[in-house]
Amino acid sequence: MKKNLIVHYIIIIVILAFLFIPLLATFVFSIASKWEATILPEGLSLTWYSTIFKDPRFISSAARSLLVCTITVVLSLVIMIPTVFSVVVYKPRLEKYLNIITTIPFAIPGVVFAVGLLNFYSKKPFMLTGTIWILVGAYFIIVLPYTFQSIRNSLRVINAKQLMDSAEILHASKFQAFIRVVLPNISKGVISSALLSFSILFGEFVLTNLLAGGQFETVQIYLYSKRAESGHITSAIVISYFVVILILSIIILKIGSSRKERKIEENL
Amino acid sequence: MNRLRDNSPVIIILIIFVLIIVGFEFVPLYSVITSSFQDNTGHGFSLAQYSNALKNPFYYQSIKNSILISLESSIVGIIIATIGANSISKFSTRVREKIITMSNMTSNFSGVPLAFAFIIILGNNGVFTLIFKKFGINLASSFNLYSVSGLQLVYIYFQIPLGILLMYPAFDAIKEEWKDAASILGASSFQFWKNIGIAVLLPSIIGTFNIMFANAMGAYATALALTNGSINLMPLRIGALVSGDIFMNPMQASALAVILGLILTIVNIINVKLIRKERTI
Repeated sequence: MKKNLIVHYIIIIVILAFLFIPLLATFVFSIASKWEATILPEGLSLTWYSTIFKDPRFISSAARSLLVCTITVVLSLVIMIPTVFSVVVYKPRLEKYLNIITTIPFAIPGVVFAVGLLNFYSKKPFMLTGTIWILVGAYFIIVLPYTFQSIRNSLRVINAKQLMDSAEILHASKFQAFIRVVLPNISKGVISSALLSFSILFGEFVLTNLLAGGQFETVQIYLYSKRAESGHITSAIVISYFVVILILSIIILKIGSSRKERKIEENL
Repeated sequence: MNRLRDNSPVIIILIIFVLIIVGFEFVPLYSVITSSFQDNTGHGFSLAQYSNALKNPFYYQSIKNSILISLESSIVGIIIATIGANSISKFSTRVREKIITMSNMTSNFSGVPLAFAFIIILGNNGVFTLIFKKFGINLASSFNLYSVSGLQLVYIYFQIPLGILLMYPAFDAIKEEWKDAASILGASSFQFWKNIGIAVLLPSIIGTFNIMFANAMGAYATALALTNGSINLMPLRIGALVSGDIFMNPMQASALAVILGLILTIVNIINVKLIRKERTI
């Protein structure tokens, strides 16, 4: 039995090595002053990071990414929480249509949406290409499947319909019951879906490139524009980007596991 | 009156929701389909774009390349992910969760950053390429990152974490007691997997393959950043037709986009049928 386990360890180590080697090598390359044809880099330095963090183009592209992702995620929550809530609690018959509508973006590649959006929004009367607004609209659709699923699941877990009824029996208005009973109970699920949406959008390239490109340069577009430059510069950007995504996913994971623990405690 | 005032903010939000869905989901899809049936001037009803997509060797080749690379990377990806998920299922819950977390971590590594990482390590002046050269191994003679084989390597890379994430719950469904029962009845381990294991896993394998295939067919960022468009793939052709300076043709791009959507739908239908057939057996 033990012998068998060794085989499985080897399999997992080989797979994880394949997955982590590009990442680790890129990291080492980004902190190496020079790394050519030697097993280990010849010296370490943070020059490449200071170069990019001194580049105003990098800073403003990061700010643009932050801005457009934040606007979209906030808009998405403000619209989707009340929408999914009213459907799940008051019009459950409509839920399956909402499910279909929100699954479509998952099934259709971004490049197809980009063509359609360009067809319609690059001429009058809806001249939107190249602006932040077409990105907000397109991004809203990209994260729709994730936002819908997580809000619906959170509402199901807390049995929102029953909670609303109980609160109303206690003379709370619908609005009060929603704000003070339902919202606090779904907040964790909603926050982790917001962070997930944020990290998906932070890495979005195809729609950004085709719909706005150089007119609204996000971090991804900036990185792509540096393709002709030294590998050290691009590796420093890649690692900086990855660190942001990593921090986001660690927070998501922490929220997720604390929810699990609470559920287990409640069951005890 | 009071009721109405209570509900009016919600009604406004629902209206905005409908407007966004119509404006950014339905309108683009409608627009892709209608313009795919227009001629090169953007008028009338014509099947020219479709016949061109299938007759013009350039477009036809992009369809063929995309399907081949997606099939190959998904097949290799699903094999590695299934083997990996099986191994993961052998460990204790704690170890399992650690492995899954690590694998998920790398699933964020995709698109342009992923392509650049591979260029840094395996490109013409990549770190590993140069190290290998120093030891007398000329990587360039057998492997070129900017070719189809390079693209496949990078596609397989992003398929693996996705595959592991989707496949690993399926192995939970195979109970150790079943294996014990089978072995008591005299079945070998091979017979168990052939007659029971595969049947339980097949729906998950097919479903995961489906998602992997769609993922590879739509991959634009990785392919563009890695090959700079030198390999003829559907998403790159479509992108070039709507953003290129010289060869702008949104109608042709729309027809290719519809064909891409149709290929994904057909593969999806075949997979759903396969799963149903397996269940009825």
